[in-house]
Amino acid sequence: MIASLRELFNAVGEITFLSIACFREMFKRPFEWKLIIQQLELGGFDSWSVTILAAGFTGMVLSLQFAIGLEPFGASLYTGKLVAVGIVRELGPVLTALLVGGRVGSGYTAEIGSMNVTEQVDAIRALGADPIRKLVMPRVFAITLALPLLTMLADLVGCAGGAIITMHEVNVTWRFVYEQMRESIWIVDLLHGLGKSVFFGYLIAIIGCWNGLRTFGGTEGVGLATTKTVVYISVSIFISDFALTRLFLAIYG
Amino acid sequence: MAEQIIQFRGVQKAFKGTVVYDDLTLDVRRGETLTIIGGSGVGKSVCLKMLIGLMSVDNGTIHAFGESVTDLDQRGLLRLRSRIAMLFQGAALFDSMSVEENIKYPLIEHNWGTPGEMDRRVSEVLEMVDMPGIQKLKPAELSGGMKKRVGLARSIAIKPEVILYDEPTTGLDPVNVRRINGLILSLQEQLGVTSIVVTHDMDTVFTITDRLAMVCDRRIAFVGTPDEAQNHELRYLREFIKGGRGVLDEDI
Repeated sequence: MIASLRELFNAVGEITFLSIACFREMFKRPFEWKLIIQQLELGGFDSWSVTILAAGFTGMVLSLQFAIGLEPFGASLYTGKLVAVGIVRELGPVLTALLVGGRVGSGYTAEIGSMNVTEQVDAIRALGADPIRKLVMPRVFAITLALPLLTMLADLVGCAGGAIITMHEVNVTWRFVYEQMRESIWIVDLLHGLGKSVFFGYLIAIIGCWNGLRTFGGTEGVGLATTKTVVYISVSIFISDFALTRLFLAIYG
Repeated sequence: MAEQIIQFRGVQKAFKGTVVYDDLTLDVRRGETLTIIGGSGVGKSVCLKMLIGLMSVDNGTIHAFGESVTDLDQRGLLRLRSRIAMLFQGAALFDSMSVEENIKYPLIEHNWGTPGEMDRRVSEVLEMVDMPGIQKLKPAELSGGMKKRVGLARSIAIKPEVILYDEPTTGLDPVNVRRINGLILSLQEQLGVTSIVVTHDMDTVFTITDRLAMVCDRRIAFVGTPDEAQNHELRYLREFIKGGRGVLDEDI
């Protein structure tokens, strides 16, 4: 128990220092545009298909459950409203973060971890460069930027999927569902979800890179580190989701 | 005697309670090839990594070109790494980059010159390691020996004064071992570089070495020429350079 707590505090300390170093690198010139664009493409935009698939089906399932669950109370007409709020405020950002975290965060650990055990990270230093600047900063910048965009896509597709099922199950028109959704989502709801996704993006990238940089023990070590990353990212997303929701509710209501 | 350009003085280093060095004291002279030998896991590579600041020192000092490596900041380390290059054990080429991009990497970091000058330098160093025209290949397309030679080309691209070789011939066939040894010798002759070579390979030791240092009991137990080593009173050293005969016989 004490050992686990010590490990947790160590991890938080190391991630904090890495974040500070990474933040400093963002303001140094020349700016690493090429590496950031590369990471935006690899980590961000290549995740669009999985995001669409997950968000679309989640919206559809949510709509199905609400339509059936609300029917005994005569409230199934509100299905569209509930689906939209649920997706935009909560499911869109969290689901996208979990998917991207599993796909991209573990990929970062595997890539940087492999580089670490094959001395490529040492080689970066020996050749006169800084691994935080070359490996960590572009990934953190790219995913922190890409995740809100992916979340907006997830919100859109999730709502569309929910709308289709609502039309079919509740027997209402497209116009009706659209108006319901439009009325129920305020700019605050959008900011609520997007604010979370910015933080989730940063968490995914920094945890993935941090665990990669501390990987040791050959290919076995890379495998273990990758598995741990998925767990760390998922747990930290759930915990921070609660904390951020509380914070945003206190700010925006 | 040639000028001493690198000095380790009373260096101590431990990893999680395991002491690797309790008194590392060693000098390296300009233009020489110093070979460091010793059993597996005694800290030979650690010695090289401490020299260029890839690993910290617990105690003691390391001086290179008159500067204390242990006191250098990031800018100072960058300057040092433009003068001391390292060839890693597995070459440590960047998998996602082509051979050309790998070799250009230190040139870009050290602001070598115009893109045209960099292209010329890449061709030049690839010629030097006898691998012209492979700029567009990826490391995955190269054999172990080819990777080591590209790694060497990358190391010499910025014209360092000292090259550190971490087991340059490990895992290579005899032809490639000879080729790498030949390259180390020719670089010393053509460019006048100082070489520090960590190796287990006795053929390499006797082909390229000016002076030999043996790591034993957490310190440098011997420094001298290979001939002096063969007749030294330290039995472990004599038997180590005979390829383990004697030590192994006793164990068996």
